[in-house]
Amino acid sequence: MLGRTANGLFWMFRYLERAENTARLIDAGLRMALTRDLVTAEEEWRSVIATAGQRAGYEAKHGTYTGNQTWNYMLREKANPSSVLSMFSLVRQNARLARNAISGELWEAINENWLVIEDQLSKPVGENRVLDTVATIRRAGTLAHGALAGSMLRDEGYHFARAGTFIERADSIARILDIKYYLLLPSLSYVGSSLDTGQWDQVLRSVSGDRAYRWLNAGQIDARGICEFLILDESFPRSLAFCYCALRDDLAALARLHGSEGHSNMLMRDADTRLTELTIDDIFDQGLHEFLVEFTANNASIADAIANDYRFLA
Amino acid sequence: MSGEAEFFNEMREPDGSVRDAYADYCGWFNDQDSKLLKRKHAEAETNFRKTGITFNVYGEDEAEERLIPFDMVPRIITAGEWRRLTRGIEQRVSALNAFMHDLYHRQEIVRAGRLPQSLLRDNEAWLPNMVGFTPPGGVYTHIVGIDLVRTGPDEFFVLEDNARTPSGVSYMLENRETMMAMFPELFLRVPIEAVSDYPRRLAKSLAACAPDCAGDKPVVAVLTPGIYNSAYFEHAFLADQMGAELVEGSDLRVVNGRVAMRTTSGYKAVDVIYRRVDDEFLDPLTFNPNSMLGVPGIMDVYRAGGVTIANAPGTGVCDDKAIYSFMPEIVEFYTGEKPLLPNVETWRCADEDSLKYVLDNLGELVVKEVHGSGGYGMLVGPASTKKEIEEFRAKLVDNPSNYIAQPTLSLSTCPIFTKKGLAPRHVDLRPFVLVSPDKIDITPGGLTRVALKEGSLVVNSSQGGGTKDTWVLKD
Repeated sequence: MLGRTANGLFWMFRYLERAENTARLIDAGLRMALTRDLVTAEEEWRSVIATAGQRAGYEAKHGTYTGNQTWNYMLREKANPSSVLSMFSLVRQNARLARNAISGELWEAINENWLVIEDQLSKPVGENRVLDTVATIRRAGTLAHGALAGSMLRDEGYHFARAGTFIERADSIARILDIKYYLLLPSLSYVGSSLDTGQWDQVLRSVSGDRAYRWLNAGQIDARGICEFLILDESFPRSLAFCYCALRDDLAALARLHGSEGHSNMLMRDADTRLTELTIDDIFDQGLHEFLVEFTANNASIADAIANDYRFLA
Repeated sequence: MSGEAEFFNEMREPDGSVRDAYADYCGWFNDQDSKLLKRKHAEAETNFRKTGITFNVYGEDEAEERLIPFDMVPRIITAGEWRRLTRGIEQRVSALNAFMHDLYHRQEIVRAGRLPQSLLRDNEAWLPNMVGFTPPGGVYTHIVGIDLVRTGPDEFFVLEDNARTPSGVSYMLENRETMMAMFPELFLRVPIEAVSDYPRRLAKSLAACAPDCAGDKPVVAVLTPGIYNSAYFEHAFLADQMGAELVEGSDLRVVNGRVAMRTTSGYKAVDVIYRRVDDEFLDPLTFNPNSMLGVPGIMDVYRAGGVTIANAPGTGVCDDKAIYSFMPEIVEFYTGEKPLLPNVETWRCADEDSLKYVLDNLGELVVKEVHGSGGYGMLVGPASTKKEIEEFRAKLVDNPSNYIAQPTLSLSTCPIFTKKGLAPRHVDLRPFVLVSPDKIDITPGGLTRVALKEGSLVVNSSQGGGTKDTWVLKD
């Protein structure tokens, strides 16, 4: 496979994941805003924008935080390079670029959804449409992953697509946790203090983990439990441990297909070992924020190493 | 319209009865519910959008992807008609290939006084770098599109030869896919030659032209200018269907005397490059030094026999309309036979007598630029205003050798589906021809282009034309 095509597949799935994660954040924010007073709601939207890493851009354009302004900025603002619209257009552009490396079913899943999303985002999204729009974006991701799983040859292209997905997903989870980490700290020092369960619900919702968490923890919400779930639970598909388990397999498969291991495999092995050996106590002892900063930097190094090992760029 | 009877209608005889080729189709059509057909018509467009069969247009703002309108009434050719066309096309294409070889070697045709030297000297597509060099397998024109027009039951003419980089074959394939998805019962009822193995034939034909240094399984790649090129969809489509890599210039470089592509496991040699990049952008060291689309040094590798470039650089000579006017002589010179497929009568404005005739009859003629394509820079006399004709006259007088003129042809019509039912529109036909060292392979079918505007004779998609599925009936 061409290095440029591998790059296209990798980024196609990174952007897809990013668009989907943005939609999840909006969904969680909306849920919060609906259950809070206006002042708190404004805080929530500020936090949503910050979590998405779009604060500077947003504040350059808007002075206040309202739900409508926020989600329209995140969904369709032209000047926002991270909007869902920009992301999805890049997904499709990369799919076109890698057109002969993906199955017809995957291409059509992307292209058809792009037509729908482009249409839905051609006009400002009002309160009555926002949930629908968010659902469409999530469905687009589900369809693409379904087509990937059901129709793609298990060759290197498949593994580059998955590697892009898990690198991006891990980055997004780490960022969400890091933005909210200050909420965790008091509850750790003051055992038994009342937790803002709404806040935690939001964190869980933004990774679509609210149901899974409740299922596993029988309704008990505590900071340690949630962190353990999102960082170390290998059974939850949006935990760091799950992402790295999958990423490790994909990078191992790539090394096998190419007949040799690269720098990315080495970094991956180290990161994976660290994550498997850690307990949630170790993480809190080290400091959650410090842990997440290190994780994110390391995640970016693995992504760079993949690009290097497989000659993504000339 | 008073002129309707002047044109040959491929579906109906002048008395309104259905011609044989369309008998089965019309039998089916008459049983259809017109509301259902209208809905199907709308579905076809959705299908093309979903599949992403679009071409890019560059506006002021940003690139826009457009659909080429598709008409769901097929263009039907009988087995007998197709056999005759095939023989004529084979003859013409083998002559073209022999002509290319001669042009870049001894130029016997010029020595024999059958073709003026000036036509080569003034031809922009002529490449001195190709002189004395024979491409692998002796093949110059690996893929050719011969544009045909019809004026009567037995009257087919060649309108243009496309030996440079003919496009549109993806529409031949996708139009058929769309028709089969929309009307599967029709394909059970009417015996039609398949076109779907064109990509396999193309891959086979290209592999057969690989250089000697290639292994048992030659590596074929499609070279595209990139995703912003108007025909990018077709490039990606063909690469995908052939199981070939789709490369851009930046993926290729010369490594150890071979052209190699940057794969995830290092540089890997490419044996055959099906390039959809124009000659002048192929090699910045040889041609346009500013080209970012090509591969520095590829021409040296080519001349040393390290790679096959399809079509060969310099084949654009054949697309020149002044050369076209000599095609009857060219066919006879190289095959020793009279051409089976006639040319459209053509006046070369470089000749004084012809120029005079053309200037006297501008209102009735079609005048084309010698190097033009895509329906641009031409005058369709009968469809033009006095002012347009006079403006064109000035250009013509200014540079006569840049133009040729042809009579306004009575192009045949084939019905299209409109809101008011079937209505005749003018059509042409581009069959696709594959050339390998021991074979000329013509896929039974082709691209039928149709002028959607009533009375219009211009079928180019850039000028609002559409396409149809083209059926060749089985015996």
